[in-house]
Order: sequence, then C-alpha cells, then structure tokens
Amino acid sequence: MINMVSKLKIADRTFSSRLFTGTGKFGSNEVMQQALIASGTQLSTVALKRIDVRKEDDVMLSFLKNDQWHLLPNTSGVRTAKEAVFAAQLAREALETNWLKLEIHPDPKYLMPDPIETLAAAEELVNLGFIVMPYCHADPVLCKRLEDVGCAVVMPLGAPIGSNKGLATKTMLEIIINQATVPVVVDAGIGAPSHAAQAMEMGAEAVLVNTAIAIAGDPIAMANAFKLAVEAGRIAFESSLAKTNNHASASSPLTAFLEE
Amino acid sequence: METLNSIHYKSKIDVEEALHTSKVTLEDFKALISPAAKNYLEPLAQKSSALTQKRFGKTIQMYIPMYLSNECQNICTYCGFSMNNIVPRVTLSNKQIEAEVKAIKAKGYDHLLILTGEANKKVGYEYLLNAIKIIKPHFAQLSIEVQPLTEEEYKGLFAEGLHSVLVYQETYRKETYKEYHPKGRKSNFEWRLDTPERLGRAGAYKIGLGALLGLEDWRTDSFMTALHLDYLQRNFWRTKYAISFPRLRPCEGNEHSTKYMDDKDLVQLICAYRLFNEDVELSLSTRESQHFRNNIVPLGITSISADSKTEPGGYASDEKALKQFEIDDTRSTTEISDMINQHGYEAIWKDWDAAYQL
Repeated sequence: MINMVSKLKIADRTFSSRLFTGTGKFGSNEVMQQALIASGTQLSTVALKRIDVRKEDDVMLSFLKNDQWHLLPNTSGVRTAKEAVFAAQLAREALETNWLKLEIHPDPKYLMPDPIETLAAAEELVNLGFIVMPYCHADPVLCKRLEDVGCAVVMPLGAPIGSNKGLATKTMLEIIINQATVPVVVDAGIGAPSHAAQAMEMGAEAVLVNTAIAIAGDPIAMANAFKLAVEAGRIAFESSLAKTNNHASASSPLTAFLEE
Repeated sequence: METLNSIHYKSKIDVEEALHTSKVTLEDFKALISPAAKNYLEPLAQKSSALTQKRFGKTIQMYIPMYLSNECQNICTYCGFSMNNIVPRVTLSNKQIEAEVKAIKAKGYDHLLILTGEANKKVGYEYLLNAIKIIKPHFAQLSIEVQPLTEEEYKGLFAEGLHSVLVYQETYRKETYKEYHPKGRKSNFEWRLDTPERLGRAGAYKIGLGALLGLEDWRTDSFMTALHLDYLQRNFWRTKYAISFPRLRPCEGNEHSTKYMDDKDLVQLICAYRLFNEDVELSLSTRESQHFRNNIVPLGITSISADSKTEPGGYASDEKALKQFEIDDTRSTTEISDMINQHGYEAIWKDWDAAYQL
C-alpha cells in the first residue's frame, strides 16, 4: 500500500503539500509560475517590496494569482519591528490576507534575522490578528519564545538565505523540532532536494525553498525534484526511519558472565 | 606605488589560489585584478556569474538618472559641468521637476537616481530636500549623486524618504586628486573621502562607491575602493553597498589623455569585485557601448540604467542644456529590457517600497 503524506494544518488552513516556495530570483515571471505549479506548492511567499500595491495590474502579481497556492506576503527589506508592523498592515490590505511571513533582517550582507525585533514584531502582529510565520535563527529558546507569543509556526534557518549550504544548523534544528508545539518549517539554506528530504526526515513539518529552484538550469524540473524529495522525506519520517548505528555489536558482550 | 607593485607582482599561482578559495581576501583581490589574471578571464567570469545568480538570481534591476542641475562651483578637468566651461547653466524649477517625473514615469521606472553638479549655494541641501519631497511620491526607491553633505543633512534627506547616496572618490591617490580637482570645495580630498562614513552614521540604506577609472592606475584605485568597501561594511553593517565603474568618456573641456582601460580590463574588474564580495551591487551605466552592455548582463552586474539623458530637463524638453558626458548606449528602455530577457534574465523595476521608510 502506498503511504500517503499526512496533511499539515496551520491556523485555519490544511496543506497537502509540505513544500513552501519563494518567488524571487527567477529569470522570468513565466518560468516562476511554471515552477510553482510543478512544485505542487500551496503556499508561496512574495516580497511586498517587489509588488506595487497601488497598481491593480501589477505584472508580478498577475503571474502569482493561482488557485493552487495561497500567497504569503513577506516583509523582506524592513530593519525594525516598527517597519515590519507597518509593512504587514499594508500587505494585509493589498493582498487581502492576514497571513504574514515576518522577516526582519537589518544585515544586508548575510540577511541574518534580528531576534529582538522579530520577537517584538511577532507579539504585536499576533495581537493585531495576523497569522505570523517568523523567519528566525535556529535558536531553540527564541523559537519557544515565538511560540509563546502566538506565532502559528516557527521558521528557523538551515543556513544563510541563498547560501544553498543545507542544514548547517542541524543540531539546533533537532532540538527545536523536539520541543516544538507548533509546526517547524525549515527556511533558508536548502540548496538541494537531498537537504529538503533530510529536513523532512528529521521531522520538520515543511520546508521553504526559493534560490535552489529559481536559479537551477531547469527551474521547472528542479521544482518537481523538490516536490518528490519533500514527499519522500515526510513518508520516511512517518514510517519511522530505522536508527543508524555506527558500531557493530560486540561479539563478546561484557555482561555475558551474568548469564553463566 | 607600493600597492601598485604588490598587484603587479602577483603570479599565476596567486591567481589560481584566489580563484579556488572559498573566502577571497584583499590579497586575493589584488591577484584577481593583476595582469597575471588576464589569462583567466573565462574561469573568473564563470565563477562571478554563478555567485551573482546565487545571491541576486537571474535578475537585473533597472534605474534611470534624472539631472536636476548642471550648475557647478568646481573645476574638475575631466567633467562637462566644470565651472570653467562657458556654457548655459540650468537648474530645474518645481514645475520642470514635475514634468521630468511625468516623462520618466511613462517609461515604467520605479528606481530613480537624482544627480546635480556641485553648487552648494544654488543647489544645496534645501533645494535637494524640496526636490525629494516633490519626487518621492512617484518612485519606490530614490538615490542621489550630488556634492558631499554633512551627516545632519543626510539624516534630513533620509527622513524625507531618500534611500541611497552615491559618492565616488574619483581617485584615491591624493596627489592625482589635487591635479584633477584644483578648485572649489571638491578639491578637499579628505572631506570627500570621509563622506561614506558620514553616510553610514546617518543611517543610509545604501552607499554607492567607485573611482573614476582613467584618472589613475585603475588597479590601484580599484583596490583602494575594495579596501574602502571592506572597512565600511565592517563598521556600518546595516547598510547595503554598490559599486560603479565609470570609465572616462569624452565631454566638453576634457583634454586629458586618459589612462586607458579596455573592455577586458573592465570585465576582469567586475568579476574580481564579485568574487571578493558576493553581496555588493554592481552597477553599469549607459556610458558603456551597446556591445559591451549586451554581453555583460550574466557576468556579475546587478543593476543598469537605460534610456538616459545627462542634461537637466532632458526627458521632458527638447531644449538641450549642457550634458555631463556623452552616453554611448542610446537604446530605449524596452530595447534594454528585451535584451535582458534574451539572456534569460528578468528586468526588475521595483525592489523596494516607500512604505518601509515612512
């Protein structure tokens, strides 16, 4: 019998795809749209700074309106909690959604999230009625604090955004997943389908992938590869992976004398 | 001279090490811009292209310059706006600025670079503040390239919604700088050199750096630019950085024989900057030829201008004032964006939102 991937529930929505996608860095809007379709994604982020909310016929948005996925506006570019809250309200009005990917990275070099501003903004946005999905460090205590203020998920980084370095924060992600009471979505750094599968095997509820799909030689085929990897990783997790073992069992156990 | 020699003494082995290391140091950067690296242009370009795609995707940001004034109180011996050129001077009125905004918006731009000469009295802080107030509601991102201002003045302009400031050192060699800038406030080398630091303290979102290639040995000036970038990035970590590569072009009054930088040199330099710094924006203007711009898109550049006029009022009016320099690539905005698409890249018109600075 084929093992089907269980569904993921976040706030009031249920997802059968556990691959969330980004929409930056694609060589054309057409390729972006086709890649998103091929990925099977049901949640796709869009940077508020890339769209013109004053225009009804914004070109990028016209390619992003699709029944397959919900749009998840992100606040990429803001440097403080205050700016993030303002941008979130603008996004809510323009895109008619109270879902928000909260990103506050005042460091434009490594795009490292600011934990202090992120926590402050998350709390305020939850109080304002947003479904908050915060991008954050793979910091177990910070993730618990974000949970405590009411975030719908936590989105710790696997490695710096766009670095394609995979799960550089693996040890911390394991702790976060172990103690989470909200879904853990591994965001940033996933550079290959094998990285995505690894995150899913570890028990992440979903992953978010952008660069690795957008700049692939064939983004549409790569989107499909990620779709399959995420499904495989989740099925493996749900099927209880066999434990790995680096050592052979000793042929002469030290406690055998007790049985003599 | 010491820097120049240390660049010229770099060997093939140094270049190969710099090409294969995971962290390019300032010494590696010297190797990458050295004469020894000229035989490695293809691997340099391949690596630069891949790094740029990883960071910026298959995208090129589009911007357009808007000259507000050609008044200038400096004598820069290479520049068309230089005070000693007896030519008509124009400073746009509010109404003329509005007309320019309308003409530029019709071309589809959302990122605008405002430029002036350097005339503190006629085109000083108050003039710039007023201009930004008029222009800001129409664009997602505003940059300026004007005379160096004080930290307080920059703070005032950022509070009105200014995003970036471009200030080129022209040359980092003080003696050469003095030769090319004999008169006016611009002759103060240190005041100009300290400008990016004042900008960092004032909270600039982005600072644009560069040397005017052709005044001095390009390798030495480019190394000093990289050093400057490295210093600023460590100290003002919230700010983004951009580098431009203006090569001297013929203009009114320019009688200097320039230190020639050919296309191969420029490709080498662009790729070397990318290997040195994966996140710095690299910008190319219409000073460069069609042929060069057509082929440079996938090599490491992240933003380009198009359809540019370098005379104040040039978009809305046919009356020609003095140009700062002659542009080479005169193609329309649509032609440039089509050219970018043909490379499999997307032209990006908006990558900022004015709401972030309210």
